[in-house]
Amino acid sequence: MKRLKKWTAVTMLIAVLACTLTACSKEKKPENGQQDTNQNDTAQNNSNTDNNQAANGKGRVYYLNFKPEVADVWEKIAAEYTKETGVPVKVVTAASGEYEKTLKSEMAKKEAPTLFHINGPVGYQTWKDYTMDLKDTNLYSWLNTPDLAISEDGGVFGVPFVVEGYGIIYNDDIMQKYFALTDKAVDITSVDQINNFATLKAVAEDMTAKKDQLGIKGVFASTSFSAGNDWRWQTHLMNLPMYYEFKESGNKNPDTIAFTYNENFKNIFDLYLNNSLTAPEALGSKSVDDSMGEFARGEAAMVQNGNWGWSEVQKAEGNTVKEENIKFLPIYIGVNGEEKQSICIGTENFLSVNSQASADDQKASIAFMEWVFSSDKGKEFVSKDLGFITPFTTFEDAEKPVDPLAREVDRYMKNTDLYTVTWDFTAFPSQEFKNMLGADLLSYAQGNLKWEELVKNTSQNWADEKEMSAQ
Amino acid sequence: MQKTYKKYFPVFALPTLIAFAIAFLVPFLMGIYLSFCKFTTVTNAKWVGIANYTRAFSNRDFPSALWFTVKFTVVSVILINILAFLLALLLTRKVKGTNVFRTIFFMPNLIGGIVLGYIWQLIINSVLLATVGADITSRAGYGFWGLVVLMCWQMIGYMMIIYIAGIQNVAPELIEAAQIDGATGWQVLTKVTIPMVMPSVTICLFLTISNSFKLFDQNLSLTAGLPGKQTQMMALDIFNTFYGRNGWEGVGQAKAVIFFVIVGIITFTQLWLTRRKEVEG
Repeated sequence: MKRLKKWTAVTMLIAVLACTLTACSKEKKPENGQQDTNQNDTAQNNSNTDNNQAANGKGRVYYLNFKPEVADVWEKIAAEYTKETGVPVKVVTAASGEYEKTLKSEMAKKEAPTLFHINGPVGYQTWKDYTMDLKDTNLYSWLNTPDLAISEDGGVFGVPFVVEGYGIIYNDDIMQKYFALTDKAVDITSVDQINNFATLKAVAEDMTAKKDQLGIKGVFASTSFSAGNDWRWQTHLMNLPMYYEFKESGNKNPDTIAFTYNENFKNIFDLYLNNSLTAPEALGSKSVDDSMGEFARGEAAMVQNGNWGWSEVQKAEGNTVKEENIKFLPIYIGVNGEEKQSICIGTENFLSVNSQASADDQKASIAFMEWVFSSDKGKEFVSKDLGFITPFTTFEDAEKPVDPLAREVDRYMKNTDLYTVTWDFTAFPSQEFKNMLGADLLSYAQGNLKWEELVKNTSQNWADEKEMSAQ
Repeated sequence: MQKTYKKYFPVFALPTLIAFAIAFLVPFLMGIYLSFCKFTTVTNAKWVGIANYTRAFSNRDFPSALWFTVKFTVVSVILINILAFLLALLLTRKVKGTNVFRTIFFMPNLIGGIVLGYIWQLIINSVLLATVGADITSRAGYGFWGLVVLMCWQMIGYMMIIYIAGIQNVAPELIEAAQIDGATGWQVLTKVTIPMVMPSVTICLFLTISNSFKLFDQNLSLTAGLPGKQTQMMALDIFNTFYGRNGWEGVGQAKAVIFFVIVGIITFTQLWLTRRKEVEG
């Protein structure tokens, strides 16, 4: 009996020592300049264990999902795929705004994600050791605009799989009520005739003056600025002046910016602030949810957001916005020729396959995504349950999503008279840059920072952050 | 007998040792190693020497976060300990309902920091909006005092309990003897009670200093560093460095190591200083 206990103790001790020793050796390897072989070793190990697990050489799929709102749909898709093919698919969803953090810790594990997202050229720089060349996959060949993919030196490392659009979402019910007023200050008679900043401003300001008649508390929903809720301004709105600047210079990834269109940015930002239902002093504690709630309850007529906002409006308590009344208007900022400007359409979700996973896993992962975007069952999931507008040619018109804002995006995409504003914010130097811009915008809204200061800071931060990230 | 105990040492201590090694020792050593590396994931790191440490000081974020943290720590440590001690004195007298009061004062400590931060943000914002027409993000001063109030509210109850335990352990004979010798109430307090509760003071100062220095949840949920980065404390700055820029993970790690050294030096100095003042009963 005694002897038995002794042996247990000794075994446990050995186990602990083994643990610490492996940890040490793992840490030391890169020091000896053997990083590459080390990586190969781990990849080899992975494939071994996989073979043991799956035992059929089919590999496994581990997809780290970006969108919490469709987490259960992906689980359903995974289960369906496993049932059909026998390949195990694991889906993990990162919490909202936590994707990079989750990815960083998941990638460090032995069973790392085989399918993950990068958010654009800047995200690619972070993850380029982990992204596999997808040039020869069907997925890439199905893209209707191959330019959308992330490529470098002839290789394709990120394939977009969902296209999204954002602009000013408006409640047509309230707008019709406004245009029916006899004492309105503008000549136009419908929202379709708003096609530049001057008209938008005139309408918004007149609506503010007549807000009691319209039964609204303000034209624009709160310009939300609480922590983590300023992306609609520091990323999405900032995209417009940058789009025009990049268009003018022809350089989509400059080291420094002139911020030429800062006055236009100020125009639209002031318009949001001055015609909002919330006083600028109280914006620091408003969240995106608050804004979408105000819009859904009919307290505000307009809110800047993207097509993903529909589910939020639909689910909001006390929602009065009808499906047929929710529409998009482009964000006009007062640039010459903007009458032809469309809404902002692009993606920051690029699908990448882990280059350090085993070949079987890579093959399985690509096959899984190809099944999702080309088989009848997969496509049904995509358009009905995920509600994605995909950039793939495998989708017919009838297979496109049915939610009202997604249809609006589709309508704008088809309108070839208009030019689309691309999502150039994927070239913004870092999250830090966006956070600093957000903080400055809030200070400006509160009256604690002059606009010239903000412009100066922003150009400076851009240059600094580009330089720091390049180090 | 002693020998038999020794034999069983691994059996009883191993589970704890394993847990300690996995959850503390290994990550800690890895963390120090990683502060000298450039990495995206922690298992795939490249040695870069002290570059991370020089980059940690390449802009003023870190020094200004350090300065803000020091200011905050000084103010909150003084306030918390004085108020907690006064409450403890009050609640060791024979007043009716002391137990109820003790429970009530202790309760805030049971609520998590993030939740507390959001609750106080609501309270402070509505007060500020009603009085000065601004919210907590509009001035660094609001954020600073908001954090101090929040920290006091959360920590005072806990420290109070420790002080109460200390005060109750002061032998009544000592106080009686002092009173017979003609000591005033103030003299009894400063010459008998306080020296006798020095062990409690040591532990309370240690807890408040280290907790104020390491404050993160409350900072994140109450101000998130706004306006600008003016109310950003060190832990939050480290977090933002790690996740805010590509390729800056190592710099965040380097800042964390510096942070550890600073907190270590300060708390050990404090322990050493107050330990010397402890007396045997």
